[in-house]
Amino acid sequence: MSNFFNKSDISRKDAENIVSETLNNCDDGELYLENSKSESILLDDNRIKSSNYSSDLGYGLRAVTGEVVAYSHSNEISKNSLKQSANNVNSTLKSKKGIYNHKILKTNKKFYKNFNPIEEKSLNSKLEILKKVNNYTRAKSGVVQQVTASFAGEHKSIEIIRSGGEVLTDVRPLIRFNVSVMLEKNGKKETGVYGIGGRQSYDEYLKDDNWKKVCDEAFRIASINLESKPAPAGEMKVVLGPGWPAILIHEAIGHGLEGDFNRKKTSAFHNLMGKRVASEGVTIVDDGTLHNRRGSLTIDDEGTPTEKTVLIENGILKNFMQDRLNARLMNTRSTGSGRRESYKHVVLPRMRNTMMLNGKYSQEEMIKSVDKGIFAVSFGGGQVDITSGKFVFNCTEAYEIINGKIGSPIKGATLIGDGPSILKEVSLVGNNMMLDPGIGTCGKAGQGVPVGVAQPSILIDKMTVGGTQL
Amino acid sequence: MVKDQDYLKKTASFCIDLAKKLGATDSTAAAMHSISETVNFRNKKLDESDRSDSLGVVLTTYIGKKKSSISSSNLSEDNIKTLIERCIETTKITPEDEFNSLPDKDLLATKINDLNLYDDDHIENNEKIEYLKEVEEAAFEKKEIINTETSFSESKSNFILASSDGFLNGYKSSSFSASCVTVAKNANNNMERDYEFTSTCHLHDMLRPNQIGSLAAKKTIQKLNPQKIESEKISIIFDRRISKGILSVLASAISASSIARGTSFLKNKINEEIFSSSINIFDKPDIVKGLGSRYFDDEGVKTEELKLVDQGILKHYLVDTYNGKKLNLKSNGRNGGTSNLYFEKGSISYKNLLKLNQKTLYITETIGHGSNLVTGDYSVGATGFMVENGVFKYPVSEITIAGNFKDIFKNIILADDLEFKYSTNAPTMLIEGMVVAGK
Repeated sequence: MSNFFNKSDISRKDAENIVSETLNNCDDGELYLENSKSESILLDDNRIKSSNYSSDLGYGLRAVTGEVVAYSHSNEISKNSLKQSANNVNSTLKSKKGIYNHKILKTNKKFYKNFNPIEEKSLNSKLEILKKVNNYTRAKSGVVQQVTASFAGEHKSIEIIRSGGEVLTDVRPLIRFNVSVMLEKNGKKETGVYGIGGRQSYDEYLKDDNWKKVCDEAFRIASINLESKPAPAGEMKVVLGPGWPAILIHEAIGHGLEGDFNRKKTSAFHNLMGKRVASEGVTIVDDGTLHNRRGSLTIDDEGTPTEKTVLIENGILKNFMQDRLNARLMNTRSTGSGRRESYKHVVLPRMRNTMMLNGKYSQEEMIKSVDKGIFAVSFGGGQVDITSGKFVFNCTEAYEIINGKIGSPIKGATLIGDGPSILKEVSLVGNNMMLDPGIGTCGKAGQGVPVGVAQPSILIDKMTVGGTQL
Repeated sequence: MVKDQDYLKKTASFCIDLAKKLGATDSTAAAMHSISETVNFRNKKLDESDRSDSLGVVLTTYIGKKKSSISSSNLSEDNIKTLIERCIETTKITPEDEFNSLPDKDLLATKINDLNLYDDDHIENNEKIEYLKEVEEAAFEKKEIINTETSFSESKSNFILASSDGFLNGYKSSSFSASCVTVAKNANNNMERDYEFTSTCHLHDMLRPNQIGSLAAKKTIQKLNPQKIESEKISIIFDRRISKGILSVLASAISASSIARGTSFLKNKINEEIFSSSINIFDKPDIVKGLGSRYFDDEGVKTEELKLVDQGILKHYLVDTYNGKKLNLKSNGRNGGTSNLYFEKGSISYKNLLKLNQKTLYITETIGHGSNLVTGDYSVGATGFMVENGVFKYPVSEITIAGNFKDIFKNIILADDLEFKYSTNAPTMLIEGMVVAGK
């Protein structure tokens, strides 16, 4: 645990007093302190391209009254700086009066261990693995033109001081290992990318030569794309594979169910609570409590313990994801979804691990039922327009389906759909739910936070595929 | 107040000196400070105020051809010492890379002409609020508008870049920006969203608040009641918001790093025709008050104006020191990317461009990350309008547009309406023959 005050001219007691004084007439708020260390090592083009180590320290003082948020952050944990921040937030809220809500749940649970991914393994041993990754991947085939591999490790300590001196803390490790391969054959170039990660030690990911599986997968995807033909254009049936393709759920549905967009009535879902928004058999949850997962948190960034929140149950909209501010204004409770990228950012309601739960069909049955369509196995990034509900995502591995059989691989196409209606087009839900490998980062209002997704295979009856073949 | 040059010089020099003492053969350090204040307004009410005070240092140490970096926002002397020690230890065990080096001394910036990138004006939060009230009032004059979110941000930054070769320079810059996002609703409760904004170096260059509000409202209302169209091959027009994206793709594809790694669809295309012969593209770092202007690049190398594309022919890559050494090219001061990148304006008016084809799809927004720089393949979601005989007919949504940049580049016709609203700018652009996927 970091001691944020031992090298400062301000004692913990003084800081607590400033917080209590500042937030006295506010509805909510806290002093959020963060000390994060991160390390990234990149191998590219047969050499170690960069090794960076970063140490970041700072605080954010937040005061909330009514709908108004006043925020001030700085790197200097000092008496002067904190007082300046207090003045700044008070000047925004000077004409408003609130009653501080002292209630916050406590938890003894922990969803990851306290270890430091940067220090647990020497730099030398990490460099050694990257070298092996490079040699192994290049030795797979003569068509390998470029290999990029990276380790990123982070160790973040946070402390939340609330009015009245209540203190909540968390220590969050995070790891990511990534391999990208570019192949060239007959003048055609294609890439394949694969990665793994989460909140546990490097050894858990790298034991038993597990890293080879990551290289194999990146190479396999690139090889398939080398053989791909142009994608079709137009509306058709789409089968999504299990695991990472649940990024569709994240974009199409998840963002629209975040509390802020619904309080502000800018989400296409804001007036659909209790209504049917998906086919029967579709259940979607957002779960912050899965052990060691990338999107898991013991407590959120306001100090609320995370939970498993049911968003859609058997097709009916049940809950939005809430932070304290939006929960208060919507007369409900926080679901432990208040997150921020760092002390430099305000809290927003965000997703954690968003999952569609199992149905009863096999993937085989789904593919058999399609005369003409595509089978999408993996995706790159996605994006959504919350207000119109339109979303897109890009296939990185996909195949055509003809007469119930998987055909040729097709080139990266964009799929586009409409959030509120897409889940009504889901006609079959598979029985093979899978978690993603631990690679997702979600962006919202300029803030990136680690997230997870999961789903079984699903059949969508109608979606627009954005290829080039009419 | 943003920290002054002396403070940042002291910090950066401290890092360089200590790195040397601890065994670095070379080093670079950058120290920066920025303060920004933002006010957000929503539906005529204050929503959020945000003050950001951000200090940081980045240090790279070299031991011969070995290199490693650290960065930190904790500038206490103890912490910096520990970090530099760590950086040196890491450097020692990082493998050599023959191309690692500081920039050639003769390329470093020495002469600096004032580009007027800093405005000392300060606008208090309550004045920002007055401005935003006017923005929202203008937007709400239209009855279809049901929601507005507006924001006003002021930011002041200062930095110093130092190297063991003696480079020690930096400068202040300022930025003022305001934006308005509006949501409109039709009779069937379907909503659309659009926006307008202004962003400038100097406070008094900002657009008037009522201009922003009414433009945002107008753009949003136009989008109501969209239709989906049949899949077809059709000419499209990119609004200026979107057309500049073509330049961003070009910039990524001709960065020395993509070229050296062999992962660009424009590898080996230097001195070849990649656009039609009417196209000229410039990157000009020395525009007074320019949003992308700079005095030197991220390594201190002087930046000069480049005509990247001359009559359709690719003339330069964007070269930094490291990748330049790999490609046997001199740095042209583009570590950190382009500066003010723009297409020279075309010869046809906006109105006539709309009329050039009997039927054109006019794109105002794209979503998704569908640009593949290795293959040049392009596929994104889009919204816009169907234009027939030069007249906007109806809004279109839930479609995708797809093609390959190699073809797209050769089929561009530019209007004469270039304006400098971003750091990368393009006129309205017509592209012949793109595949649209709809129904």
